[in-house]
Amino acid sequence: MSQKMITLTIDGQSITVPEGTSILEAARQADTDIPVICYHDATTPNGLCRLCVVDVNQGRVLQPACVAQCQDGAVVETRNERVERSRRTILEMLDSAVDLGQAPEIQTLIQDYQAAPDRFPDAKRRDHSELDDNPFYIRDYSQCVLCWRCVQVCGEDAQYTFALTLGERGFNTHVTTLFDIGLLESPCVFCGQCIGVCPSGALKPKVEWGMEQGFSADEIRQMTRRPRRKADSET
Amino acid sequence: MFDLESVLERYSERGRDALLPALWEIQTGLGYISLDNVHRLSHTLHVPATEIYGVIEFYSLFYTEPTGDTVIQVCTNPACGVLGADAVVGGLCDRLDIQPGETSADGRYTVLSTTCLGLCEHAPAALVNRRGVGEQAVAPAQVDDLLAGIFPPYHPVVGGDTQVLLDGVHPDRAQPLADYGDYVALRHALIASSPEAVIETVEQSNLIGRGGAAFPTGRKWRFTRQSPNVPRYVVCNADESEPGTFKDRVLLEGRPHLLLEGMALCGYAVGASRGFLFIRGEYPEAARRMAKAIAEAEAAGVLGENILGTGFSFHAEIRRGGGAYICGEETALFEAIEGKRGFPRIKPPFPTTHGLFGQPTVINNVETLCAVPGIVRHGADWFRQWGTERSAGTKLVSVSGHIQRPGVYEIIPGITLRQLLETTCGGITGSLQTVLMGGAAGTFLTPDQLDTRLTFEDLWAIGGTFGSGAIMVFNDTVNIRDVLQRLGHFFQHESCGKCFPCQIGTQRQSEILDRLDAPLSGDSERLHDVGLTMTQASLCGLGQTAASAVLSAMQIWPEVFAGREGVG
Repeated sequence: MSQKMITLTIDGQSITVPEGTSILEAARQADTDIPVICYHDATTPNGLCRLCVVDVNQGRVLQPACVAQCQDGAVVETRNERVERSRRTILEMLDSAVDLGQAPEIQTLIQDYQAAPDRFPDAKRRDHSELDDNPFYIRDYSQCVLCWRCVQVCGEDAQYTFALTLGERGFNTHVTTLFDIGLLESPCVFCGQCIGVCPSGALKPKVEWGMEQGFSADEIRQMTRRPRRKADSET
Repeated sequence: MFDLESVLERYSERGRDALLPALWEIQTGLGYISLDNVHRLSHTLHVPATEIYGVIEFYSLFYTEPTGDTVIQVCTNPACGVLGADAVVGGLCDRLDIQPGETSADGRYTVLSTTCLGLCEHAPAALVNRRGVGEQAVAPAQVDDLLAGIFPPYHPVVGGDTQVLLDGVHPDRAQPLADYGDYVALRHALIASSPEAVIETVEQSNLIGRGGAAFPTGRKWRFTRQSPNVPRYVVCNADESEPGTFKDRVLLEGRPHLLLEGMALCGYAVGASRGFLFIRGEYPEAARRMAKAIAEAEAAGVLGENILGTGFSFHAEIRRGGGAYICGEETALFEAIEGKRGFPRIKPPFPTTHGLFGQPTVINNVETLCAVPGIVRHGADWFRQWGTERSAGTKLVSVSGHIQRPGVYEIIPGITLRQLLETTCGGITGSLQTVLMGGAAGTFLTPDQLDTRLTFEDLWAIGGTFGSGAIMVFNDTVNIRDVLQRLGHFFQHESCGKCFPCQIGTQRQSEILDRLDAPLSGDSERLHDVGLTMTQASLCGLGQTAASAVLSAMQIWPEVFAGREGVG
């Protein structure tokens, strides 16, 4: 069965793609870069960060390129004035809420869109204390941008472990476990997939964290011992 | 005594969509939902415990920590705010020697301020939740009565041309089946009309949705019927949570059979035999009366299996929300029924093809479905005798604030806002400053716009919206900054947190509004950028309208945003 083809214009360039192709994918084929934060090739796209919004046919609202499908004859502008304002403001707001110090890709976007570093003075930040409750990972949700990828790979996108979920809602939303229990008491199997998809340094291997903190190799070995071995050594 | 075992037993054969009902039973019985009980529920419903926790965390009426024997929530949104809500919260807290959000030392009371409870005509309103007893709405709320356990019933105030929708609303009780009649329109349709003919009549009536989005109802039904997948569902959106809106509450409490007949007619038209009625958790009386009406209708054979012997079956089930404005968004409402956090889905696909449980679904507002029996019984022309071409039929508005007779009014679209307020509602209390039209997601109108005709098209033409029909009246004693701050708190509290613009934007908007008396340099530009970004880049209608009232206020009163030297 041959697939229906669709022709649209992206930034003045005509491109033909199979029906069902996302605007993001079509733009990539046309060598047009659309910025993303939450999007990841391996997880279900949810259109959360809205960094990828584009102008389609000068519609009332902007469309998220990661999930919006190409429509025949559509005229897409990936970087006009209102797209720029939305992206810049989203980046400024994110920077005002989250520690982006270990999110180099977002830092590059902040430069690119000339997002002002202190655009929102006296702004409430999402501060969380660092969680060091197991030998494998360190979690610092002050650096979490809420891309949901870790929750997704822990659940139905990959592992079906369901150790992670979201607590509260709105600005106070945060990734957490059942009643905020430690990872060792949770269903977590330490598969590491959440670490692999975290874009902003909120989740990292304890070894990497130990090296960043300047611990010696011995100290790091000590702090990353598995619980079972630890029990053995104590007996 | 609350018997958890028997509750779990009743839910043992049910799936995830029973999660909210089960959580409600445990919450009401025990005052909170413990870790242990989450595990028990997880085993019963086969839902991961972690996910159940995430669901509890999302909804504001569910708690994971013990609460007082009685939880008192007082609405502090604009309509209640300008009529003394803060004094009620303060009075309760003083008497109990606590701060809002705390539980009294003897463990008897927890006091919270909350968002709109839909009792704006009796402001200020409160919702009382007594452990083991259940919820009760109280309005007007008085400190002495609340603490003495005296909860006098409130009575609906209705007026206008009450000939269609409000005909039969009684001050003390729901209209019984005997008064309503035995579903004549449904009987007529089942015997003498095809589903196609019902859809055609609804299309020709020009009925458009009454929930706020104003989508043509007949077209929605046709798209659903055309969708090849089965089963199909009917969902009634009774999650009326737009601040200043309480018309659906009056219909649910006063005319349950009108709504049920509308749902059954919709089911017949689109080929659905199952309907869900999703009522916001803050409307306990509406849920009780609707449950009674369903039982009454089933006993009479006008609802349920093989209705009137025609072979058509339609079952209506009630689902109570857990406290989340976002669930008025149609796809978030589906998620809630499915036992999930109330996150709006990405559209397309639309509910007509991928709705509840991924199946074709019609979702209509209460008032929309209540218009259907009359249309089917008397024809499209009958409905179009009222209003204009684009605003056909009678329409309900909820009028609150500084008005002589706050209440729900059935109007004929085309009358002016002035006629409604000055004549129908008995006049404005004091000197008019502004009208907030369409709720928190609406826009402010000024006194010189009072002669605007109340139709969808006239309101759109002046950059406003009919929205859900909320009309909040503010006289010149009101500090507009105070109103804006309450709106800011509302959206900050109700953003679901899914998309970044609304998740952070509602917080930043609220922070900037909170310092309107002493703004920082550049605050106007910040507010404007945040507002436009939420409007244009948010995922759903909540975020897209979260700055609507603020942006309209910035146009009308730029001086309000310029610091204390502006308007006091």
